Amino acid sequence: MTTTLPTRSRAPLAPRKKPARTKVYPVVRGILIVLVILVFVLPLAWMVMASFKTNVDINDTSKSFIFDPVLSNYTNVFGNANYGQFVFNSFWVALWATGLSLLLGVPAAFAMSRFNMQKSALTVLLARIIPGISLLVPWYYVFANLGLVGGYGVLILSHMFVLIPISVYIMMSFFDSMPLELEEAALVDGLTPIGAFLRILLPLSVPGIATAGILSFIFSWNNFMFALVLSGANTKTLPVAVFDFVSYASIDWGAIMAATVVMTLPIVVIAVIGQKYIVSGLTAGATKG
Amino acid sequence: MATTVQGAPGTRERFSQWLNAHRKWLFAAPAMIFTALLIAFPIGWTLYLSLTDAKGSVRSPKGFVGIENYLSILSDLNRFWPAVLRTGAFTAGALALELALGMMIALLLWRPFRGQRWARTAILLPFVATPVAVAMMWRLIFEPNIGFANRFLSWFGIPAQPWLSDPTTTLPTLVLVDVWEFTPMVALILLAGLTTISEDVEEAARIDGANAWQRFWSITLPLLKPVVLVAVLLRAIDALKTFDLLYVTKGQGGGSFHEAETLNIFVYDRTFKYNDYGLASAALIIFFLLILVIMWFLTFRRRGAKL
Repeated sequence: MTTTLPTRSRAPLAPRKKPARTKVYPVVRGILIVLVILVFVLPLAWMVMASFKTNVDINDTSKSFIFDPVLSNYTNVFGNANYGQFVFNSFWVALWATGLSLLLGVPAAFAMSRFNMQKSALTVLLARIIPGISLLVPWYYVFANLGLVGGYGVLILSHMFVLIPISVYIMMSFFDSMPLELEEAALVDGLTPIGAFLRILLPLSVPGIATAGILSFIFSWNNFMFALVLSGANTKTLPVAVFDFVSYASIDWGAIMAATVVMTLPIVVIAVIGQKYIVSGLTAGATKG
Repeated sequence: MATTVQGAPGTRERFSQWLNAHRKWLFAAPAMIFTALLIAFPIGWTLYLSLTDAKGSVRSPKGFVGIENYLSILSDLNRFWPAVLRTGAFTAGALALELALGMMIALLLWRPFRGQRWARTAILLPFVATPVAVAMMWRLIFEPNIGFANRFLSWFGIPAQPWLSDPTTTLPTLVLVDVWEFTPMVALILLAGLTTISEDVEEAARIDGANAWQRFWSITLPLLKPVVLVAVLLRAIDALKTFDLLYVTKGQGGGSFHEAETLNIFVYDRTFKYNDYGLASAALIIFFLLILVIMWFLTFRRRGAKL
């Protein structure tokens, strides 16, 4: 480090200062950490609590935290407007979009990483920058003319536009960190280059593929704008279905919160189980500088 | 393996050799062609539409009008320019707060402590949760009469706030929601950067007598600069394009006074409410150029910026 520190002369003071601060600091830090966690978790807890309240209790300020939990909101949501179909739609679209994006994205990321195809990579990653709506207007225009709006295919296609750049970005930094020797050793052992990729590198990149897959699934599951325009009555995904609840005459907060809990639950489960993968996918490329 | 067992190489063998020789493009081309088509076609189409008077049904005939749409968009002081300002204000406000708070949280969670894994998982939730659910949840919390926000303020004797129901407080409230949703993401990115900084460097500075603030300012922060840039880029791109939160909380046109109408909402409204494709396309091209310019400014110092 070339940084010069102005307080070099104060050096002898440092060891004496240390014991004094070690007593207070951990306590203050502990309190701050708890506070931070509360700020980010409490609103979600509020959402879950509201989903178990009757609308009378939601309106009652004295029943913020203590109330008789009811399941009526959940039975309403599932009894009402084929919600099960919307859950299926979300899964179906997210699975296909994730699978196809990985199929196209993983080999592309490998080639771009191995052959240093910076400019090609930029083409794919440009899709990350372009506003989704710029895709939506022309595609809506064309697909409406072809009468295809409202099918699963259009939805999956539009989601892939978002997911391929994510997969390529994550897998590129994953392959970048893989030693070249692996491939060379496989070639020496008599495998063809494609064989080496399929038999050696692909199995080794399962953690990276898991990362890209989990994040892709989440992004597809959460997508709202594309589904809002391109889905039909029977292919609606959860975010659009939940949003439609609001347009009904009066806002049924209990039902809406139950619906949002159902929509968020799979993602929370994935986040808790795949915490490691989500963080590594999120920070892919970040730590390389 | 694939090496010849029989004598002369057959067609199948030659084909596989050709495949291996061209694997660079074999692997990269499908994804590239897919995205290139999905980018080139919409942009070309949008550019074409922006020069026509396309309006109404998607099948209705359209005529060439030159730059008329651009002129009427750029002279629109009622909706377009306020939307540009709001987009800038929303992005800048959210970005500044998220960076400052994200850095504090990252430093707070940096050194190991009991339950560190759980703390990380907890702050992961806001930004992986479905944005529509997040927006709905905050609508309920900010509800003036029954919402938790005002109840919380009343515990401290602070009078109730209108939050999302008043045009003047709407945008700051929405920035607050964005900050809640994405500060954790910034914090986790910065945290990943912090863990790559070796403790020796910090320790050396500590022995040299640098206090915590000096260590942060002249050692940690400079080392973290590339990571900060990644966080800024990712957040800037997404904040500029925010749609879910604004649309779910304020509806079409960004509310009755367009108080939450950013460029994204403006274009959406023009397209899908008024079916004003020509005008919307012109606005879209301007929006797109704006994003490219901003991205260029943010990345031009970074060689071979990967995004």
